[in-house]
Amino acid sequence: MSTLTSNPPMQEVVTRRRRRGGPDAPIGRKQFYRHLMLIAMASVMFYPLAWMLGASFRDDSQISDPGIWPGQYFTVDGYVDGWEGIAGVPFARFLFNSFLVSGLCVLGNLIACSITAYAFARIEFRFKGLWFAIMLGTLMLPHHVILIPQYILFRELDWLNTYLPFFIPKILATDAFFIFLLVQFFRAIPRELDEAARLDGCGHVRIFLRIILPLSKPALATTAIFTFIYSWNDFFTPLIYLTDTQLYTVPLALRSFIDATASSAFGSLFAMSIVSLLPVLGIFIAFQKLLVEGIATSGMKG
Amino acid sequence: MTITISGDATANIVLPKKRSGSRRRRENVAGYAFMLPWMLGFVLIVGGPVVVSLYLSFTDYSILGDPEWIGLENYQRMFTSDPRFWAALRVTFTYLLVSVPLVQMFALFLATVLNRGIRGLTVYRALFYVPSLIGGSVAIAILWRFLFQSDGLLNNFLTAIGIPIDYSWIGTPSTALSTLILLNVWQFGAAMIIYLAGLRQVPTELYEAATMDGAGTWRKFVSITLPMLSPIIFFNVLMNIVAAFQAFNTAYVVSNGTGGPADSTLFYTLYLYQRGFVDFDMGYASALGWVLLIISGGVAVLLFWLSRRVVFYGDE
Repeated sequence: MSTLTSNPPMQEVVTRRRRRGGPDAPIGRKQFYRHLMLIAMASVMFYPLAWMLGASFRDDSQISDPGIWPGQYFTVDGYVDGWEGIAGVPFARFLFNSFLVSGLCVLGNLIACSITAYAFARIEFRFKGLWFAIMLGTLMLPHHVILIPQYILFRELDWLNTYLPFFIPKILATDAFFIFLLVQFFRAIPRELDEAARLDGCGHVRIFLRIILPLSKPALATTAIFTFIYSWNDFFTPLIYLTDTQLYTVPLALRSFIDATASSAFGSLFAMSIVSLLPVLGIFIAFQKLLVEGIATSGMKG
Repeated sequence: MTITISGDATANIVLPKKRSGSRRRRENVAGYAFMLPWMLGFVLIVGGPVVVSLYLSFTDYSILGDPEWIGLENYQRMFTSDPRFWAALRVTFTYLLVSVPLVQMFALFLATVLNRGIRGLTVYRALFYVPSLIGGSVAIAILWRFLFQSDGLLNNFLTAIGIPIDYSWIGTPSTALSTLILLNVWQFGAAMIIYLAGLRQVPTELYEAATMDGAGTWRKFVSITLPMLSPIIFFNVLMNIVAAFQAFNTAYVVSNGTGGPADSTLFYTLYLYQRGFVDFDMGYASALGWVLLIISGGVAVLLFWLSRRVVFYGDE
């Protein structure tokens, strides 16, 4: 992970991994029991997930089987049926919608939060301290306080059944957490670099684009990944802003699946649930290191 | 450790040397230009709505027609004649007071176990973190329903190993909330990773010295680990509480949007949603929102006050 070396605090977490902070690592029996306990715990935690995966490949009649392996009842009917979607809208459409919404949110957050963070980290403007304090205050603001006026506003603007209620708040930098994360990161970049650029005649725009952004790839990646995962899992926003089935995102579609499918169609419900988890798990596998370091350094709640 | 919770934004900013007025003006212009999206967002989407919802909380408003000023009536109704409001508060606080400490206990315990130079640390760390990523999704809420209903996975499993049972864990008021608490505890991984990062910052010499003085494992944990980690514990507790106040998805999916059985999973946010977007009683929902704001603000103040007495920030 060569990009990480540009940032001291993150690197610290990466390299100082081995045997610190505890007494001498015991070997042998004690180690064995510890592994046993960890594996037992992980097994209990993952058993329900594994069961759902198994059940998604099993005939509906076997729903009460607590085993994982489908065995002779193996079938892909769940995936075939589930893929047909609900109310004539194929499931692929919901996936597409979710990718579109999440992609827009990622884009909005990357642009808006980094611009704002640059101002906080690098520009000396009046009342900056006050604005920063307000920004931090909004971090802890319960989202539900502003929900109703936001809904009224977006409704007045005729934005119901569009993706604007998802995207506009992001492009207007309302995700304070990522601003905070990026401010922390930008501040760790040596100021000598901007000073040198300034002597060469660069203004803030160029310093931001040519120096700060390229050096902040890890923090930007963290922002992108977490924004994607949050947006992907978001259920509340689609619930109140989308009523047109064509526009449903995956969580909303899954929720409608519960009602729409007959009580015997467990297979397709589980199958589409599994499908809905795949993008997040895929991102986790691809960017595992970055994600783990991201929350370790920023205290992100996953 | 780069976790910083202080609002001290400008502390480590190098003060500019005396500059000409035009330079300062340019900085101001540039600063506010960069801040423009955030300022718009703050006025239109965050700060403005906070004020508007305060106004709406004093009105009767059903989204059709104009808001009608009714003074304190919403609040009066809430506190004196709305049992569901109290149920929602009780559910949310029970959830918060039980699940947040449990999450910290699991997270701290596993972080200490993993920190002792164990093989496969990265694998365990990744495994335990996965639930935090997917725990908020509707898919997992669906799984939870099938796990705890009367003919669900848990009972089927128990029956298979010889304990026949058909008790509905989510259908019975006394246990429904526990299943949601369990779901939150299942997601201890994110907190664990933060604790793990914190544990690495604790100097090994402290433990060595304590061992020489004959301190046992527990004693070392209480006298060294806990105080050294206290800023991080504080941070985790704060973030988990903020999240717990806003819990919604699972309660909605597991109870089919009702908060049942018998309001036992009626999270505050779920109740607010019902009043606002099912009954379209927007004035009342706004009042609920403001009460939530005041309560969570009060909790935050209390926590910060506590942190000044309990949290150990280096050599004081």
